[in-house]
Amino acid sequence: MDSLLSVSNICKTYAVQVLSNVDFSLRRGEVHALVGENGAGKSTLVKIISGLIRQSAGSMELNGRPFAPGSRMDAEQCGIRTVLQELNLIGNLTVAENLFFTGIPNRFGLIRYHELNKAAAVLLDRFGLTGVNPRMKVSALGIGRQQLLEIAAAMSCESPILIMDEPTAALMDPEVELLFKHIKEKRDNGSSVIYISHRIEEIKRIADRITILRDGCIVGTYNAADIGNDEIINQMVGRSMDQVVERRSQASARIALKAKGLTRRPFFHDVSFELRKGEILGFAGLMGSGRTETMRGIFGADRFESGEIYLDDSQQPVSIKSPRHAVRNGIALLTEDRKEQGLFLPLSLRENITITNIGAVASRIGWINHEHEHAEADDWIGKLDLRCRSPEQKAVELSGGNQQKLVIAKWMFRDCRILIFDEPTRGIDVGAKVEIYKLLNNLSERGKAIIMVSSELNELMALCDRIAVMSAGKLAGVFDRGSWSQEILMEAAFSEYLTGERRNPQSPLDEGKDETGPVNHETSNLS
Amino acid sequence: MNNPEDRSKRKQGSAQGGLNAVLADYAGMLVAVAALITLFSLTTEHFFSPENFRTIANQIPAAIIVATGMTFVLIIAGIDLSVGSVLGFCGAVLGAAIVNWNVHPLLAVLLTCVAGMACGVFNGWVSNKWSVPSFIVTLGMLEIARGGAHLVTRSQTQYIGSAIGGLADASVAGISLPFIIALVIVAAGQLVLSRTVFGRYLIAIGTNEEAVRLSGIDPRPIKVLVFVISGLLAAVAAVIDTSRYQSANPNAGDGFELQAIAAVVIGGTSLMGGRGPVVRSFFGVLIIAVLNAGLASLGVKDEYKRLITGLVIVAAVVLDQYRQRFTAKS
Ligand SMILES: Nc1ncnc2c1ncn2[C@@H]1O[C@H](COP(=O)(O)OP(=O)(O)OP(=O)(O)O)[C@@H](O)[C@H]1O
Ligand SMILES: [Mg+2]
Repeated sequence: MDSLLSVSNICKTYAVQVLSNVDFSLRRGEVHALVGENGAGKSTLVKIISGLIRQSAGSMELNGRPFAPGSRMDAEQCGIRTVLQELNLIGNLTVAENLFFTGIPNRFGLIRYHELNKAAAVLLDRFGLTGVNPRMKVSALGIGRQQLLEIAAAMSCESPILIMDEPTAALMDPEVELLFKHIKEKRDNGSSVIYISHRIEEIKRIADRITILRDGCIVGTYNAADIGNDEIINQMVGRSMDQVVERRSQASARIALKAKGLTRRPFFHDVSFELRKGEILGFAGLMGSGRTETMRGIFGADRFESGEIYLDDSQQPVSIKSPRHAVRNGIALLTEDRKEQGLFLPLSLRENITITNIGAVASRIGWINHEHEHAEADDWIGKLDLRCRSPEQKAVELSGGNQQKLVIAKWMFRDCRILIFDEPTRGIDVGAKVEIYKLLNNLSERGKAIIMVSSELNELMALCDRIAVMSAGKLAGVFDRGSWSQEILMEAAFSEYLTGERRNPQSPLDEGKDETGPVNHETSNLS
Repeated sequence: MNNPEDRSKRKQGSAQGGLNAVLADYAGMLVAVAALITLFSLTTEHFFSPENFRTIANQIPAAIIVATGMTFVLIIAGIDLSVGSVLGFCGAVLGAAIVNWNVHPLLAVLLTCVAGMACGVFNGWVSNKWSVPSFIVTLGMLEIARGGAHLVTRSQTQYIGSAIGGLADASVAGISLPFIIALVIVAAGQLVLSRTVFGRYLIAIGTNEEAVRLSGIDPRPIKVLVFVISGLLAAVAAVIDTSRYQSANPNAGDGFELQAIAAVVIGGTSLMGGRGPVVRSFFGVLIIAVLNAGLASLGVKDEYKRLITGLVIVAAVVLDQYRQRFTAKS
């Protein structure tokens, strides 16, 4: 088979070498997966191919001719489209404008909105984003939908090479299925795809060949059919490791937080649940089902209209007006969007970690003890196995997964008693995921109450004592360990969308508005 | 990658980058100042003289103090266009208090500081409360305070005499007291930024305000405080200037805001927030002052002086971009 793109002896050095003598070739009409631990150099490699950064040494060939893109534009003109790991949409522009950003239809510079929005609607439909209005501002969408938008924009071009860096990190199964359908279509039309993901099962399903990277070096390239899951993981981490984390339920009877009738139209409606000390409560649901908004409401990041929150066994509701109040009451929220809402990218890891509780490393009058601060930061970096040169390194220089660990470190430093994790394992490799599960287990053993919002049902089912499922802004049901299965949970996640046919298909965000009562998950069906 | 040796290595390259790092950081600015002084000393006869340096040292304390406040504002990605007018207004209050209201000089100085802080509270509070960009609010304050200055002085220069003249005339070891005050303020500003919780919050707010809020910190009072500090420092500068001229001129400080911004930007503070050592702003003021004095002793006409100063500002910022890109790579 002829090779479309080949990369030979590529090296990249920042302060240290992050890629060493990488050889890699992409054939025509194949899906080629790139796997490796956080910080292995996957994103760096695809950024070189797509013209975002320059290699320190080595060369590339495209169609047998030397290829040295000077910019992303250059690479795109040569037929290489990329979906980057970090979202790159412009929040203030509409969905349609973002989708066709490089080719907005216009006449003498005037945008032809009618044409633009119509084309956008067609594209949104193809990617299962039927509910999204093309005129909506992108910043109003959650990261899951933003991710789908980026994918849709990239896939709408007829480019022979498509690169996707962790496209599914924020997606749930139905969207992943849809994505795979489109990838397969592309491949059957002769396009090639470079696909990066930490979900091994996904890779086994979609990839024709798999290349494994470890610490910046190629370990090997295999036919997907010839290599088992365990073997892939062993090659990635360089040793064998156990992947199962046993959850011994230890929730106490004492309540840590009780939510009653929380409502903020159109995002969530009449959400009530209890969270116990030492419990891990999962929140499942489809994209836009209101999980993130509910959590932001509890944390005081947005105000909700009605409903009450009780802490501990108190009969008096607490009013949480701002995140500051929330943190004072011992509630922490790890936001899903680490780049915009979690991190200070140009600042050091040290400064990122201690911001939540800087008083702990400062004197009464606010004088920071730098040695103490450095040591504390270093401590958490070690505990979370965050790969970096030093706590003084800037957050922006970390790989995606390590940035995610940094968000976790930041909140661990505050030591709150109620921890809300919104997609805590987004972009984290298999080994590190297990470490995070262990961390969550430990925290709950120490009596912390944990809410975990995740789009990966598997991890929720492995880790949680109970799983609450949200559907169209409502709580469709809370399931105990033992009473759930993948099917039951998915059914609950879809329930409100199937019964609420009256809703306006143009705006899924209005779903919370219809007045259908909570639907019993057992009576709803998927027909 | 994360074995024990690596981790111990990490500890060594720790927070206190040491004096070397600090010196390296300021080396460029020091070299620039030295180069300017050498250039003018070689090309003119009178430039390299103690009197000349004393004149420069007497001229710049107010500019240094205002630039320090401006650095704080720029760090939180704000801007304070009102500093020049506030300086004029505070000088007017000081003059009126001493001359018309017969207040004790010390009390008058206190009153002046309160006036400056009040302007800052207005700037900070309005821009936070109604989410108005600080550019707009302080643009309004630029007019308000100037109008106030004219009202208080009835548009006439108030002659104060030597009531607080002692301040400008006093000197320690040959260095004028105002200059020492300015240096102390710069040093304090630098320490606040690099070593205190407040300073850390400022840098964090300038980098990503939403992330600060979601970290459980209310950025609003911190932002108001920054404008109050800027107002207070404008008042201090007003006291120094008034004592130097022994009079309060309602037009004092006209155009001062742009000079201050220029000095701060030459020092490498980004208008986008999150970055800006105060000491570098001090050097920014110094560079502009030396340049002006040098061009004056060369006998350059005023229009050329402005032209050259403008070019130097742009060149300095471009150079700083290169410096950053270079340090980012190494
Ligand atoms: N601008 C930079 N400056 C310094 N080091 C960098 C920079 N960008 C990346 N690195 C380093 O290069 C290494 C590889 O990063 P890369 O983003 O390619 O990892 P990755 O394999 O994509 O990981 P992840 O799965 O976490 O996304 C990391 O150790 C990272 O810290
Ligand atoms: Mg990556």
